[in-house]
Amino acid sequence: MGKSIIEKIWERHIVAAEENKPDLLYIDLQFIHEVTSPQAFEGLRLKGRKVRRPDRTFATMDHNVPTINRYFIQDEIAQKQLSALEQNCKEFGIRLADLDSPEQGIVHVIGPELGLTQPGMTIVCGDSHTSTHGAFGSIAFGIGTSEVEHVLATQTLWQTKPKTLKLEVNGKLGKGVNAKDVILYIISKFGVDFGTGYIIEYCGEVFENMSMEERMTVCNMSIEGGARAGLVAPDETTFSYIKGRKYAPKGEEFERAVEDWKSLASDEDAVYDREIVLDGSAIPPMVSWGTNPGMASGVDAMIPRESDGTFDPVELKNALQYMGLKEGQAITDIEVQHVFIGSCTNSRIEDLRQAASMLEGQKVHQGVRAMVVPGSQNVKKQAEEEGLDQIFKAAGFEWRDSGCSMCLGMNPDGVPAGEHCASTSNRNFEGRQGAGARTHLVSPAMAVAAAITGKFVDIRTWEAPTVGAH
Amino acid sequence: MEPIKVFTGKTAVMDRKNVDTDQIIPKQFLKRIERSGFGQFLFFNWRFDEEGNDRPDFELNQEQNKGASILIAGENFGCGSSREHAPWALLDYGFNIVIAPSFADIFRNNCMKNGIVPIVLTEEQVAELMKKGVESGYELTIDLPNQKVYDQSGFEAEFEFHPYWKEMLVNGWDEISITEQYEEQIKSYEQQKMPISSI
Ligand code: SF4
Repeated sequence: MGKSIIEKIWERHIVAAEENKPDLLYIDLQFIHEVTSPQAFEGLRLKGRKVRRPDRTFATMDHNVPTINRYFIQDEIAQKQLSALEQNCKEFGIRLADLDSPEQGIVHVIGPELGLTQPGMTIVCGDSHTSTHGAFGSIAFGIGTSEVEHVLATQTLWQTKPKTLKLEVNGKLGKGVNAKDVILYIISKFGVDFGTGYIIEYCGEVFENMSMEERMTVCNMSIEGGARAGLVAPDETTFSYIKGRKYAPKGEEFERAVEDWKSLASDEDAVYDREIVLDGSAIPPMVSWGTNPGMASGVDAMIPRESDGTFDPVELKNALQYMGLKEGQAITDIEVQHVFIGSCTNSRIEDLRQAASMLEGQKVHQGVRAMVVPGSQNVKKQAEEEGLDQIFKAAGFEWRDSGCSMCLGMNPDGVPAGEHCASTSNRNFEGRQGAGARTHLVSPAMAVAAAITGKFVDIRTWEAPTVGAH
Repeated sequence: MEPIKVFTGKTAVMDRKNVDTDQIIPKQFLKRIERSGFGQFLFFNWRFDEEGNDRPDFELNQEQNKGASILIAGENFGCGSSREHAPWALLDYGFNIVIAPSFADIFRNNCMKNGIVPIVLTEEQVAELMKKGVESGYELTIDLPNQKVYDQSGFEAEFEFHPYWKEMLVNGWDEISITEQYEEQIKSYEQQKMPISSI
């Protein structure tokens, strides 16, 4: 019987396998950020432990950092957390992309960008969207602070082997439909917990045709479907993305690595615990209307009614009340006051290029506040070299420094209570973007269209106002 | 970590599905660098109004749920982020046990690392406990070694629990010291099997 890529990577990393115990798994790479690590380092200090492999650990600052005047941190506790990370990295010898570093950015954006994220690896971070790194054909998952400490001390984790789920999407995506729509569609169809206990392998024509950036968008939101990890088998797209990046293997070492990475793909006769097959051409541009990512519909649909029976009546009622929406209301009737392009789901250079390409000569709708927060300082620099910042600014977008920003609003960025935000981030939980804020998860293209029109439009048929018209 | 063997306590019922970690402990409280003191912020946005007063309709503010140490909740409890601040807040508030039809994976792990026992019962069993739990002073007993939940009025259910995590919780062990006993294996793995590439 053949093996799936999930089993192959898992087996390669087993340090000890004993009866009645989870496997002791070797971790190739751990990312660290300021919010979930201070207590882990404190734990090490209390017990006099060291970091076993500082060379397999990489830290950045992202959640708390301001996106304007980044050195002027008014929030004292946030400043304390950033200083703690700096101090801990110095004390334990860990590389840190701090506020001064051109490499600083959202942890899940910089890992791939710097070539740290590579196929076949086991990767962890004290952050649930670590699943993003699965786009490279690695097993990457979020962990809690105790596990962060465990990996720092031992470079291993006790893990029970998850079940495997093969999620195949075939066919071609429609015009204006992209990776974000695909993953929102999947979660809305199968629910926010369909992936619990599984690692997902995304395969089929749709994922094969995606760029690395799009694959990252999909894998990023695996956790929104309950799966700790999701991955795509590495292929030429993966290898050419990695080649030449700062920490990627070079020359002959790279060639050897590629040979090895090629062997990771699932065998033809691999068996999975569950398989799902979908038709990509049936996927519409998606908009979330509720308070979890499963509460999303095609832009041409109506908000579900209690009588449809697709949602728990109490959950539906609470969600619509929070969102200030009504059952049966058309999605295209929802007006937005904020647009946020950013977060580890959609803030990479390709996302910004796509967004900017729709903005040439356009203006942000009156009464809409729109903001672009690049995923990393590298993305920011690249975008500025391409003149994208000028396009955004000319259209009326704010252009910021990199960080998590309005994705969760731990820094000063946020959405006021009762106002609606078209957001390219990954979570629309109550209060996520600010107390009472109403988040709608969308793709960058849908977010730009919402910025121009002030509401959601079906970008398959929508035509941007003619340049220069009033 | 305090060992947990047989535990009896008052219950609180939270009949909601997909309770996410952003609700359990909102982001504005993640900036602390300690593990303690999070209980006061548990379910902050649901628990308090804008003026900081208790919202009377929120479950944990209701009289019959005061002083509870066992939380009975709906499916997919703890979904969302990996913040361990969620179990820290639950524990600090006074919950040692959470019972639900299902849990999000990372949250479940985080609970076990902190001495909270996440127990999965069937939907029917949870529904029955929710019904019983609204009575004031309703108590449950959790026998972790024997993997049983029971009350004084005839409810009894068995639950599954991985033997490894059970051993950890029952003994209150520090997991890192256990793993340190595998130093030889880890070393030999690093010498023989590390991936070719350096980073
Ligand atoms: S961008 Fe948002 S989801 Fe991503 S790591 Fe930052 S806070 Fe988490």
